[in-house]
Amino acid sequence: MKLPLFWMTDYVDPHLPPAKLAERLDLTGTEVDRVFTHGVTALEHFVVGRVLERTQHPDADRLSVCTVAFGDGDTAQIVCGAPNVDAGQTVGVARPGAVMPDGTKLKRAKLRGVESQGMILAEDEVSIGLDHDGIMVLDDALEPGTPLADVLPIATDVLELAITSNRPDCLSIYGMAREISAATGAPLAPPPWLEDLGTPGDVAGVRIEVEAPDLCPRFTARLFEDVKIGPSPAWLKARLMASGQRPINNVVDITNYVMLLTGQPLHAFDFDLVAGGRLVVRRAGQDERMTTLDDVERTLDPDVLLICDDDGPTSIAGIMGGQRSEVQPTTTRVLMEAANWDGPNLQRTSQRVNLRTEASSRFEKGLAPELSMWGQAVSTKLMIELCGARLVPGTIDVGGEGPPPKTIRLRDEKVTRLLGAEVPLGEQAELLERLDFDVVDAGDGLDVTVPAFRRNDVTREVDLIEEVARLWGLEKLPTTLPAHGASGRLTVEQKLRRRAADALVGAGFSEATGWSFQSPEIDRRLRVFEPAVKLRNPLSEDLSVMRTTLLGSLLASVRHNVARGMDDVRLFEEGTVYFDRPHSREPTAVERRSTPLPDEHMHLGALLTGRLRPASWGEPEPPTADFFAAKGVLTTLLGALRVPWSVVRGADAFLHPGRAARVLIGGQDAGWLGELHPAVAAEWDLGRVAGFELDLPTVLAHAVVTPYYEDVLSFPAIRQDLAFWLPAERTAAELVDVVRGAGGKLLRDVRVFDVYAREGQTSLAVRLEFRAGDRTLTDEEIAPQRTKIVEAVTAKLEGALRG
Amino acid sequence: MSTADRIAALRAEGEAAIAAAAATAELEEIRVRFLGRKAELPNLLRDVGKLPPSERGPVGKGANQARQALQAAVDSRLAELEALELEDKLAADIVDVTLPGTPVTPAGHLHILTATRREIEDVFVGLGYRVVEGPEIDLAYYNFDALNHDVHHPARAESDTFYVADDVVLRTQTSPMQVRTMEQQSPPLYIIVPGRVYRPDNDATHSPQFHQVEGLAVDEDLTLGDLQGTLLAFAQAIFGDDRKVRLRPHFFPFTEPSVELDVSCFNCKQGFLRDGSRCPLCKGTAWIEILGAGMVDPNLYGFVAESGYDPERHQGFAWGMGIERIAFLKHGVPDLRMFFENDLRLLEQFG
Repeated sequence: MKLPLFWMTDYVDPHLPPAKLAERLDLTGTEVDRVFTHGVTALEHFVVGRVLERTQHPDADRLSVCTVAFGDGDTAQIVCGAPNVDAGQTVGVARPGAVMPDGTKLKRAKLRGVESQGMILAEDEVSIGLDHDGIMVLDDALEPGTPLADVLPIATDVLELAITSNRPDCLSIYGMAREISAATGAPLAPPPWLEDLGTPGDVAGVRIEVEAPDLCPRFTARLFEDVKIGPSPAWLKARLMASGQRPINNVVDITNYVMLLTGQPLHAFDFDLVAGGRLVVRRAGQDERMTTLDDVERTLDPDVLLICDDDGPTSIAGIMGGQRSEVQPTTTRVLMEAANWDGPNLQRTSQRVNLRTEASSRFEKGLAPELSMWGQAVSTKLMIELCGARLVPGTIDVGGEGPPPKTIRLRDEKVTRLLGAEVPLGEQAELLERLDFDVVDAGDGLDVTVPAFRRNDVTREVDLIEEVARLWGLEKLPTTLPAHGASGRLTVEQKLRRRAADALVGAGFSEATGWSFQSPEIDRRLRVFEPAVKLRNPLSEDLSVMRTTLLGSLLASVRHNVARGMDDVRLFEEGTVYFDRPHSREPTAVERRSTPLPDEHMHLGALLTGRLRPASWGEPEPPTADFFAAKGVLTTLLGALRVPWSVVRGADAFLHPGRAARVLIGGQDAGWLGELHPAVAAEWDLGRVAGFELDLPTVLAHAVVTPYYEDVLSFPAIRQDLAFWLPAERTAAELVDVVRGAGGKLLRDVRVFDVYAREGQTSLAVRLEFRAGDRTLTDEEIAPQRTKIVEAVTAKLEGALRG
Repeated sequence: MSTADRIAALRAEGEAAIAAAAATAELEEIRVRFLGRKAELPNLLRDVGKLPPSERGPVGKGANQARQALQAAVDSRLAELEALELEDKLAADIVDVTLPGTPVTPAGHLHILTATRREIEDVFVGLGYRVVEGPEIDLAYYNFDALNHDVHHPARAESDTFYVADDVVLRTQTSPMQVRTMEQQSPPLYIIVPGRVYRPDNDATHSPQFHQVEGLAVDEDLTLGDLQGTLLAFAQAIFGDDRKVRLRPHFFPFTEPSVELDVSCFNCKQGFLRDGSRCPLCKGTAWIEILGAGMVDPNLYGFVAESGYDPERHQGFAWGMGIERIAFLKHGVPDLRMFFENDLRLLEQFG
C-alpha cells in the first residue's frame, strides 16, 4: 500500500524525515518496501508564472508563443500547445533543468523554428491528475516566481508499505496515521468519520434484502439525489494519483478516496439503473453465468455471493461491480453501498472466478463491520460537498455492528516472563491506548478492551504482549541464552550419512542436489516402473511426479556438465525418493485417520563418466569409467562405513545386461551397481556411464559403528598365492566363498589379484592371508589348510591348481 | 729390513694408496692389493707360526693391527667415495621441475547447500539442539492445521502449495516437524529441522524446491530475549563475530509475538561501500534480513497437550531460515536455480 505523507499529515505529523519514519515503522512491525518521491524532481525549476502575452505560432496552427513572467523582471518565451492558454493566466511552468516524472530532463528546444524556454504545465505532466486537454490555470492571487511545489503537490514523499495479512486496519490512511501515532508518540487527530451528516431509518424507495447474512455481516446504503457528475477537485485527484489510483469522476473518485482513507471499499450505483429499486444479496446458483465489468463470462457456484436487482446479477459481491448499474456521466441519483463480506469466502470466490481487485484484497482479510458506517459518513460529506448532492433521509443498515468488544486481562508477570524484560505497567497502558485499546488498571495487570478494527487479530493475552513489545521497542530486549541442560548431538545415522558423503568427496566425487520432481517421461526412458507419487497441481508436466530414483536427476546433472565440455564427471547425490505405497513408520494418531502418506527413502547414488583422473604427460590416456571403476568407488564408500557387502548379477533394464549387479547387505537387496545401458545413456546424450544407487537405511543399518580391537599387530601374517583354472561360468565370488569355507579359522583374508581367460576357462589367482592372534604361524602349520583349499576348489568348482 | 719394519712400510703404503683412491673400483683394487688373499700382509699373518717364538707375538700383533687399520681406512674411504659417486649420479639425473605433477583423482566437493547446512547444524548442536528430520510429503494437518493456519489461510491455496491428495501436501516449510516432534517428546525440547520444502514458484529468487532449517525450543521460562541471544550466537557463528542482530516485529500464524531477524551487513560500513556507493547486499540499510522467528503461539501447545505441553506453563521460541538464502548471502551465488544445475565449475568453488 502507498502512503502519501502529505495526505497522512492531515491526521498525524511525526515531524520525521521520510527515511527516519520508515526506519521507525520497520522496527515497530510495518515493513517499508521503499520510500520514493511521487511526481517531479529538480524542484527549483518548477515555478508559478504569469502569461504576459500570447501570439499565434507563425508556422503551426495549434501552437501559441507565450511570454511568461516569473517576477523581478525575469521572463521567458515558451511555446505551448494547449488550446486554453491565454494572456493574463497564472500558470505552472517547468523551466529548463526540470526533471519530469518519467525522469526526462527538460531542455531549451525549438518548436517549428521558435525557441521555447520551458513548458506550461498540464496536470498529467506533473502526475497530479490525468487531464491533458489543457494547461492548469492557477489562482491569480499567486505571486509569479513562487515555487510550484509550495502550491501544488507535484513532488510528494510516499512510503510503500507491505502490510501483513493480520493488519487490514493498516490498509488505510487513517489506520496508518493511528499506527504512526502509536509508533512515534505524535498526537493523532480525531477520525474523519466522527461527524456524520446522515440520519438513521428507512430510505424511501430503496429496498435491500440480504439472503445470506452469514456471508454478508453488514450491508449499508444511502441514496443521493441531484448528483452532478464531473471531475474531482485538484486536491482529491492529487491524493488519488499519489496513492496509485486513477481519477475518473467525482463520484467514483469519492468511493476510492474513502476506501483509501478509511479502509472501507464502497460501491456507487446509478440508482435509476437499479431495476425495481431493489438489491438482493444472494448466493449464485450452481453453474449460473454472469458477465463481469471486464467483459469476461464467468461460471459461478453457490459459494459465490451476488448482488442482484430485478433484472438479475449486477455485481459479484465485494469483488467487482456490474456494467448495468454503473455510474454514468448522466447519473443524478446515486445509491452508495458500504458493505461487509465474509473474508474467507470472499478469498475463495476471488480465486474461483480468478478476479482480484483492490476491494477484494481488502475484504478477504476480514474487515470490521463498523467500518461500513465510517465509510458512509465520510462519503456523505464528500458527496454533498463535491457533487452538489442532496442526501435522501435515512440509512439502510442490514446486519449492524459486529459483536461487542472483548476485554482481555494482561498480566504484568506474563509480560515480563515472555519478553525476559520488564515493561512498566504505566508504559504498557500508554502504548495500548495509543492504538485505541481501552485500558483499565487491574492491580497485577491491565484489563484491555480491543477496538473493533482489531477484533480478529487481538484475541488473547499473548496478542496484547506482542502489541506492547513491538511499540515498547524490541531493541531494548536483553540478549540472553537459555540456561537449559539439554545436550545436542547428531544421531548415529546422521553422522554416518556425513561420513558417506565425505568418503565419496575423498574419492573424487562432487555432490549434486537434484530435483525431487521430474517428468513421467524419465521413468519410461529409464525403464523403471516403480509406483510414483503424482502432484495434483504441478508447475508443469516436466515437474509432475516425484522421483523414485536419483538416476534421472543425476543423469541430467552429468549431461549438463558434459554438454559444457566437462568430459570427466563424477557426481553423487544423497537425496529422498518417494514411492506411492504406504510407508512403514509407526503412524501417528492423525496419520491413522488420514490418507496414507507415501513411502520416502533416503538414497545415495553416484555416477561417473570419462577419465578417472586427469590425463598428463606421464599418462596421456588414463583409465576411464566402467563397471569396475564404479565398484571400486563403492568399495571405498562401504569400507568407510564398515559395511560388509557382496554383489550378485543384476538385471535392471536401465543397465548394460552384462555389467549389471545388485548389491547385497546383510542379506538384503540394497541397490544397483553397473554400467548404464548404452541406449539409456544415449537418451541423455552420454557415452559410457557407470554408477550405483543404494537405499541408505538398508546400508546404514549394517554399518559397524563401534569397531572392537582385534590384535593384528603382535604376530605377523603368512601370505600365500594360489592360482586355479576354473570353468568360465564360475565367478570370483564363488571361488572366494569356497576358499574361505575350506580355509579354516586361521585364514583371515582372501583376495583375487589376477585374472586371465582362455577358451572356456578362467584363471583366477588369490592371495591368502593366514594369521593367529597368539603365535607366529609357520608354513608347515598352514600346509594342511592349503591342501584342503585346493581339494575343495577341485571338488566344488571343477577347478584345477594352476602349475 | 726387519719384519716389523716391513709391516710398518706396508701399512704406510696402504694408507697412502687408500687415501689417494678416487673411485670405488680403484679402492677395491687397492683393498685386494693390500688385504686380499694373495696380499703380503695377510700372508705375513698366516706365516706367523713359522717365526721363532720370541718374534711371533710382536709380529702377529703388529700385522693384525696394520690389517685392521687398513680395513678401517678402506671402509671409511668407501663410504666417502660412495657418497661422492651418488652425488655425481644424482647431479646427472635432472628433471624439469616445472613439468606438472602426476595427477591423482582430485577430491570432490560437498554441495554448497550441504556445506551450509552442516555449518548451521553444527552451530546448533553446539548450543544443545538435536537434529530431527521428517517426511517431505506430509499431511495438511501438520503443515497447516496444527500450525494455526485456519482452513481458509491463503497459503493453502493450490497456487501456494503442491497437493498430492486433499489432505496430503508437499510440505511448504519444515515446521510440520514442530508438532510431529512435540507429539513424540515431552518438554523440554530443543531441536532443529533441516530439510527440503516446496512451493509453486519459479524465478531467480524463488525455486519450487528449496531448503530450510527450522528451530524449536520449548521449556518453562524461555523468553524473547533468549530467542535474540540464540540467534545472535547463530549469526556470529555463520557471518562472523562482529555481527550484530536486531529483531523487527512481523506476523506469522504460528508464533506470537513474531519477528524477523536482521543481521548487520558484513559487506559494507553503514550501508556504503568503500568507494562511497550504496551496498548492493543490504541496499544501503546496513541490515540484512535472514530469517523469521517468534515465540511459539500458545495455540500450538493445544495440539500436543497429550504429550504434556501446557500453554500456561511452557514457553518457547521457533525460527525458520532458508539455507539457500544463507548460502547466497555468505557466498554470493546470484540465482537460486544455479543451486540445482550442479555445474561442476560452480560446485568446485565451494564445499
